[in-house]
Amino acid sequence: MSAYRPEELLIAVIARLLAGTRHVAMGVASPIPGSAALLARDQNGGLPRVSILGSPRHTFWSDGGKELFDCAAQGRIDAFFLSGAQIDGQANVNLVGIGDGYPQQKVRFSGSFGSAFLYFMVPRVILFRPDHDRRVLVRKVDFISAPGVSEPGVHRPGGPYALVTGKALFLFDRAKQRFRLESVHPGVSIDDIVANTGFDFDRPAQVPVTPAPDAATLALIRGPIGREIAEAYPQFAADILGIRTAA
Amino acid sequence: MSVISLDELVARIADGALLGLPSDRRGVAMAATRALLRRRPRGLRLYNMPTGGMQTDLLIGAGAVAEIETSGVSLGEFGAAPRFARAVTSGSVVIRDATCPAIHAQLQAAEKGVPFLPIRGLIGSDVLTHRADWRVIDNPMADAGDPLVLLPAVTPDVALFHVALADRDGNVWVGRERDLVTLAHASRTTLATAEKIIDGSLYDDERLAAGALSNFYVSAVAEAKHGAWPLAQPGLYEDDADAIAAYASAAKSDEGFAGWLAEHVFASRQAAQ
Repeated sequence: MSAYRPEELLIAVIARLLAGTRHVAMGVASPIPGSAALLARDQNGGLPRVSILGSPRHTFWSDGGKELFDCAAQGRIDAFFLSGAQIDGQANVNLVGIGDGYPQQKVRFSGSFGSAFLYFMVPRVILFRPDHDRRVLVRKVDFISAPGVSEPGVHRPGGPYALVTGKALFLFDRAKQRFRLESVHPGVSIDDIVANTGFDFDRPAQVPVTPAPDAATLALIRGPIGREIAEAYPQFAADILGIRTAA
Repeated sequence: MSVISLDELVARIADGALLGLPSDRRGVAMAATRALLRRRPRGLRLYNMPTGGMQTDLLIGAGAVAEIETSGVSLGEFGAAPRFARAVTSGSVVIRDATCPAIHAQLQAAEKGVPFLPIRGLIGSDVLTHRADWRVIDNPMADAGDPLVLLPAVTPDVALFHVALADRDGNVWVGRERDLVTLAHASRTTLATAEKIIDGSLYDDERLAAGALSNFYVSAVAEAKHGAWPLAQPGLYEDDADAIAAYASAAKSDEGFAGWLAEHVFASRQAAQ
């Protein structure tokens, strides 16, 4: 097995979750999902198309910000990424603030952005949060920017598909409205996951270990994908993937 | 006269105005914002199309803002927006949290002259819970129950943004920054600053005309070289990362922010522009 960085493992994990998609989009601060989408594209014969907001080379939109949301509403986006200051066991996401008494909470974050819409519309929303601790993965979020599940009758073709952290991969079971632990990353114990996760989740009797990226995958990540991602995220490509771009 | 000075331009923004503003790097009129702050406006109501950044943080920090409607305010890779966060948690600014497509839809309703537009999503979110002005109805076109959210039309008093080009008739070129078009169509008045004012009409060249916004919507234009600085202007220049990082750092404390304002806004007209 080759040596790899934690980020490279996450890129490989997320790329597998994107198999079979035609169009993947992601927000501005998403170098790991961005790299993963490009990896999925290179490993699957050119699909999905990858739209990285904020990267002129990786967006085709020419009709303003509304075009992204209209695409999602029409089912033209198969996968999207969300994160959260807090994520709970029903896959509710909080991007607004920590504490009671909204809006005068203890801590205020930026805001919900497109989450309250895209979470409903995009079939495969992948929650991505490298920090895996009880501060982030909570029993109940303090503010629901976007709900993980909806009442019957609410138009909802989309929703949570997976939760990827620095320690593990969970898949979301929409019928049970719970996460199921799918695999733990190499070197992480189940006890570690239980101790650091603030919500209850399902798990199989034997939890597999997340497969490490193979040599061919690492060569792609460190080669063509790194060079391509450097256009959108030069600092990430330089620091993590060792890709230097000309100034 | 549609081409006027920067000071004349910002004099048209009244205290208490509902001010429509584009997102960072999409044509933010930063030179105009500094000029506006020099006349010490009060009670502005910001409408971020659909998010805010340094401009919003600056206006809030300077005490110019009473209310804000936004999908999010952040300095992007330069971190959180400290003055915004402080104002919201202390209650000194009224916030209406939204989500990006709702911000678009409210302006699109105004564009179309209809009182509201429906939108999918939102149901079950606390964004919706806290919006007394948004309504959930049952889709009247469906047989079975199908709840959806209605958003009221929003008509900003003034849209303010920066563009690469304008002509002497006051037509402006927005290129593919179509959010600026939505903003202008929806607003009562549009004020623009332009990197460059050209002779002749934008409408004489078919390629420029496709990205033009008419003086029918734009009431006045002022020339402002590097008018988005320190923010990027699409197609022209990138972020001045050092300058934005210096702001992000200074704005973390009251003293730091006051110092930044004194240096970059109030010190001298020359330095500020």
